[in-house]
Amino acid sequence: MSDAYSDKVMDHFKNPRNVGVIENADGYGKVGNPTCGDIMEMYIKVEDNKIADAKFRTFGCGAAIATSSMATELIKGKSIEDALTLTNKSVVEALSGLPPIKVHCSVLAEDAIKSAIDDYLKKRDGKGIEGWSPRNHEH
Amino acid sequence: MKRIYLDYAATTPTHPDVVEAMLPYFSEKYGNPSSIHSFGQEAKTAVSQGREQVANLIGAQPEEIFFTSGGSESDNFALQGVAFANQKQGNHIITSAIEHHAVLETCHWLEKHGFTITYLPVDKNGLVKPEDIKKALTDKTILVSIMHANNEIGTIQPIAEIAEVLKSSGRKIYFHTDAVQTTGAISVNVDNLGVDLLSMSAHKLYGPKGVGALYIRKGTRIEAFLKGGGQERRRRASTENVPGIVGFGKAAELAKKELEERVKHLTPLRDKLIKELQEKIPETILNGHPTERLPNNVNISVKYIEGESMLLNLDMEGIAASTGSACTSGTLDPSHVLLSIGLPHELAHGSVRFTLGRLTTEEDVEKVIEVFPGIVEKLRAMSPLYKKEG
Repeated sequence: MSDAYSDKVMDHFKNPRNVGVIENADGYGKVGNPTCGDIMEMYIKVEDNKIADAKFRTFGCGAAIATSSMATELIKGKSIEDALTLTNKSVVEALSGLPPIKVHCSVLAEDAIKSAIDDYLKKRDGKGIEGWSPRNHEH
Repeated sequence: MKRIYLDYAATTPTHPDVVEAMLPYFSEKYGNPSSIHSFGQEAKTAVSQGREQVANLIGAQPEEIFFTSGGSESDNFALQGVAFANQKQGNHIITSAIEHHAVLETCHWLEKHGFTITYLPVDKNGLVKPEDIKKALTDKTILVSIMHANNEIGTIQPIAEIAEVLKSSGRKIYFHTDAVQTTGAISVNVDNLGVDLLSMSAHKLYGPKGVGALYIRKGTRIEAFLKGGGQERRRRASTENVPGIVGFGKAAELAKKELEERVKHLTPLRDKLIKELQEKIPETILNGHPTERLPNNVNISVKYIEGESMLLNLDMEGIAASTGSACTSGTLDPSHVLLSIGLPHELAHGSVRFTLGRLTTEEDVEKVIEVFPGIVEKLRAMSPLYKKEG
């Protein structure tokens, strides 16, 4: 079964990085819904405009867990501006690919990150990411 | 690592005796049963024997057995064949919401060709109520198709009671049952069940893949499914799958002989797995009927976590199971069966099915009971839906 997933995906699924919650997080985002079977929750801690820490919790399939894990790895240590350039494609590439039916998981991961940053910016500046609103993940 | 196969509802390992019976029919006795020479005749004899063995398993006459390529074809054949042969009598068909897709999608197709279909709901245990069938009958009803047991949740339907309802209607209404999960698993007798058509598949009862059969009661009006030859009494043309039929026959013979033994072996293993998983893992739900269920079926929903991630973890422990979660079906919707019994989406996504078989041991079941709670705990710790008590 796991043949459908790359070794990188399986690695992040077996040993997910950054699982958990951050108390008093600077930014928090939650995307997805039970109908489509994936829910991702993302927490970030920001210090000197850099993402000092990121944590997640995910209800979902192997790909949902692996993309959440990889997405948190990709943004840790990055500036807010750099983290905002993260796309679902970069998550997929970092995982050496995903089966086509699972690409929506990477979209969810990108949105979870953006949603957490949006929350942070709203708290800091009173307005969120310019021109961004969370996608509707109803299917 | 020892691998543990608990997906017998998907397919079964071919019985060694079945393989042995089939082997001569590839390269030694390879004749075409339609040929009049001795090569053809020995193949024809083998097909006749297979037909008798399959008929014998379900209490039918050999001439009522029509070999097909499998359960899905049998379902397509039964529904299309009866619908079109009887459309002068009416265009209404009754089925249930939890049928196999081979029945449901054939019904959807028939709707495009002038037929009206009633999809009956089921109760929380997955049972069709015979009185619902009675209420759904119209003077246009020509066919009812209700599966004998559900492949996902294992619920066994009151087929004989439904047959009584149809008989007392005073009109000829054909009754089809998809018995793919029950033939060889529990007692299946076409007269006791009161059905006119019954679908079977060899690979679910330790036979080979690619062969099945449709039982068609004598006198049933049905159109041919494949045209172009005299095979299967002109109703299903195509050169017979001789090795497959031989294998199916042998598997049917073994099933008849071992049926009681198989039920006796599986039922306590099933009950142990259900009981201990529910004891060891809080907040799990047994899907399907608590008692009217296949002796090998365990289907549970585990709250707060998703099915595929459970399957991947089980697979890492060498355990093969199945799920009704969307994530393995190639669509984004979870199982129609689990939604039909009233499960909310997150519980339908959180289902795991273990189906046991003749090679399953008590140690196999104990291994699942040993490793599964840890898998659940690990995934729940990761889940935003889970709030640990206390």
